[in-house]
Amino acid sequence: MKKTYLFWLFLLGLTQNIFAQIDTTLFRRKPILDSTKMNIDAVYSRPFLQVGRTPLGVGGYAEMNTNFGITDGIGEGFSFQMRRMTLFLGGSLHQKIKFMSEIEFEDGTKEINIEFAAIDFQFNNLFNFRGGIIMNPIGAFNQNHDGPKWEFSDRPISATQMLPATFSNVGMGFYGKKYSKQWVFAYEAYLTNGFDETIIDNGNSRTSLPTAKANKNRFEESSNGQALFTGKIAIRNRKIGEFGLSYMGGVYNKFQDDGFILAPKRALNVFAIDFNTTIKKTKTSIITEWAWVNVDLPNNYAVQYGSKQSGGFVDIVQPVYKKPLLGFPNSTFNIACRIERVDWNVGKFTETGDKIYDEVISIMPAISWRPIPSTVIRFNYRIQKQWDLLGNPPSKTGVFQLGVSSYF
Amino acid sequence: MKAKYTLSIITFGFFIATACEKLLPVSPYENAVLDGTIKDLTTAETAQFLRGDAAFAKVFTANTGLGPLFVSNSCISCHAGDGKGHPSTSLIRFGQTDETGNKFLLLGGPQLQHRAITGFNPENIPSGASQATFIAPSNTGLGFLEAVSDADILALSDPDDKDNDGISGIPNWIELANFLTPKPNAITKNGKYIGRFGRKAGVYNLFNQTVNAYNQDMGIVSAYSPNDTYSKEALDPEVTNAEIADVVHYLQTLKAPIQRSVESTEVKAGKELFVKNQCGACHTPSMKTANSTIQGLNNKTFAAYTDLLMHDMGKDLDDNYTEGSAKTFEWRTTPLWGLGLAKDSQGGKVHLMHDGRAKSIEEAILLHSGEALKSRQKYAALSSKEKQELIKFLESL
Ligand code: HEC
Ligand code: HEC
Repeated sequence: MKKTYLFWLFLLGLTQNIFAQIDTTLFRRKPILDSTKMNIDAVYSRPFLQVGRTPLGVGGYAEMNTNFGITDGIGEGFSFQMRRMTLFLGGSLHQKIKFMSEIEFEDGTKEINIEFAAIDFQFNNLFNFRGGIIMNPIGAFNQNHDGPKWEFSDRPISATQMLPATFSNVGMGFYGKKYSKQWVFAYEAYLTNGFDETIIDNGNSRTSLPTAKANKNRFEESSNGQALFTGKIAIRNRKIGEFGLSYMGGVYNKFQDDGFILAPKRALNVFAIDFNTTIKKTKTSIITEWAWVNVDLPNNYAVQYGSKQSGGFVDIVQPVYKKPLLGFPNSTFNIACRIERVDWNVGKFTETGDKIYDEVISIMPAISWRPIPSTVIRFNYRIQKQWDLLGNPPSKTGVFQLGVSSYF
Repeated sequence: MKAKYTLSIITFGFFIATACEKLLPVSPYENAVLDGTIKDLTTAETAQFLRGDAAFAKVFTANTGLGPLFVSNSCISCHAGDGKGHPSTSLIRFGQTDETGNKFLLLGGPQLQHRAITGFNPENIPSGASQATFIAPSNTGLGFLEAVSDADILALSDPDDKDNDGISGIPNWIELANFLTPKPNAITKNGKYIGRFGRKAGVYNLFNQTVNAYNQDMGIVSAYSPNDTYSKEALDPEVTNAEIADVVHYLQTLKAPIQRSVESTEVKAGKELFVKNQCGACHTPSMKTANSTIQGLNNKTFAAYTDLLMHDMGKDLDDNYTEGSAKTFEWRTTPLWGLGLAKDSQGGKVHLMHDGRAKSIEEAILLHSGEALKSRQKYAALSSKEKQELIKFLESL
């Protein structure tokens, strides 16, 4: 019974034509930007529809998937997930002044977030000013997270459950690029509002930077009157690929109130490295990001909350069949695999000297079909092992996902 | 041509669907895990079990009532996998050395809350107070232990050692907390009742234990125990009575650990040695429950390997701290069921005895003294093959 059910859904996923026909003559489609772009360019390297002759551009993407997962023989059955629909709305007020926004509807309309809404003053390549709701450029995923760009329905665990994926804040800063023959150098540096004490006191019972996303007040005021610094430098070589180094840090606790000192200032520091490349000969692309989190904790704090975390992922994507198919001249089939690991609590128990766990590893092979570059139908299988704090026998999870993600 | 396509797609689909079944992790054997319910639960009882399970796993934060003083932030953090606890979540009690009660109640006794939410200072042990460390016991099969009649427990007791085996065994007679009602057929002595939970058997029943745990371990006040450990003042409940009832039901209906390798000759030989070496004189191999409204606990025989009584365990295990009328050197016989699964909840190693000081089963046995001295000496005199058999038996539990 279960088998045939799965099978029909599989067929449905393959054949379904999810995009209704619309009259596109009104719009001029700006092409998706080429692959020499860097992560820093992700905000603008998206397909846009330009409305008539106006300077307005609209776009967005949507993604949904089916989910069938089992942990240690027990499953929640089958479900459909509307992950998110994101709208981009942007425009140029002047050749050098641009506005861009990204509004996300997550899990239906459970969450509506302005992920990005900033004005850019583009003085010259090396020196641009950005102000508004900014995506903190920690790692590469946070900058370059659009669903259709990835071969997997799930975002990386390290990016969502260790680093705060699509963490955005009000703030301002500078960014720029410098070109030389084979090389491009890019930088970004912003001051924004930031984290609060829920990162070390939350329902996940672990140090969790993503919990701070729930605090919507951060768009109004800093939780402690301190700015969070986020900076990134990246270099790209046309032959080798792109390498990025980023840092995010600041004081996260409320150390004073009404002029009274409540506690010592406690800081958090996050470092991330990322790398991506495409091997010319085989067309294999590799995307990877690893990050390290360091949080100052109060003395004698609950052991569940770690002061150090580390984790990341490697995606390998291999195009295997690139030929016109069913009327799509650029149709491509890929096989891919993501390997990921997160350790939410790096350290040793003071009582026993043994390693503290709270870790996960996951391997996720995938098959994807891109009828056009900006649309992907992907089939993922995840096998995952997760250890509790003490390192007891891990729970094992297997998940199948068939998903669609597309720009529109 | 078309038919061929369709056929290959269908075959591929079936291939995928079959592979899916193979690729999904299966449940571990029922006897390999502590999780799970007793038999014969009604659907309503199962639903309540699930609610209790969720409440047991609930993580408290400063916002949801944690602290201000606490030891840990959820039941499950100290009782991982419902099994024995880890030294990192042990708790410390202090301030009582005899049946006259705790002299340090105004100074934070009986329990040390050595953690605090931000903005508060955790407690310290006041000078002059002696202390004992407690590592969490497993939470499985407790419904059976709760449903044993007082008369059965007393029948195992031999305060004056009339049978002359060197083993007495007495209940811990405790005062009943004001929110408790005694069970029908409760036996009393000078207005005191038989305690049966906790390593000092200082707690009357699972309801009592749950209410105390919320208050003392997590700083979560309830209608039953409204006084906050920090301010000592009565506060509005931070956990509902219904949630407490669910957790109590969960504890009552968690299944008893299931013995493994029952048929192995080594295990069988080990069981004989267990009885021959007098281990069974305290670790009673078989008990029965009285009447219970929960069918799965009603008049059932079970093998917990405890007599629920207190025994003099000698000087080395005397921490100069006690509860109720028990002596500082007396401890409640630890149930041995689930012993073989202990390492699966204690992080791959065992931490046995009341404070987790024994790092192997053998070490635990060699720490026995007092009433258990003879029994330990008998163990020490066994050949290494026999020791091996006895330990294999204990690991099968
Ligand atoms: C700080 C860690 C910690 C937390 C939190 C905690 N416990 Fe415990 N638990 C212990 C320890 C240690 C003992 C042993 C205490 C003793 O011997 O008196 C224990 C004993 C018990 C027992 C008695 C078992 C027996 O065999 O006698 C039960 C039942 C229990 N806990 C349930 C709970 C419940 C329910 C909660 C949540 C409301 C909880 N515990 C929260 C550490 C904890
Ligand atoms: C006089 C009663 C008595 C006798 C006899 C006795 N025990 Fe015990 N046993 C206890 C008590 C009481 C404890 C708990 C001591 C503590 O927590 O410090 C205990 C604890 C244990 C433990 C540790 C369990 C745990 O989870 O921490 C093991 C194992 C054990 N006994 C095995 C044996 C074996 C094997 C024998 C026979 C050689 C034996 N005992 C004889 C009373 C006894």
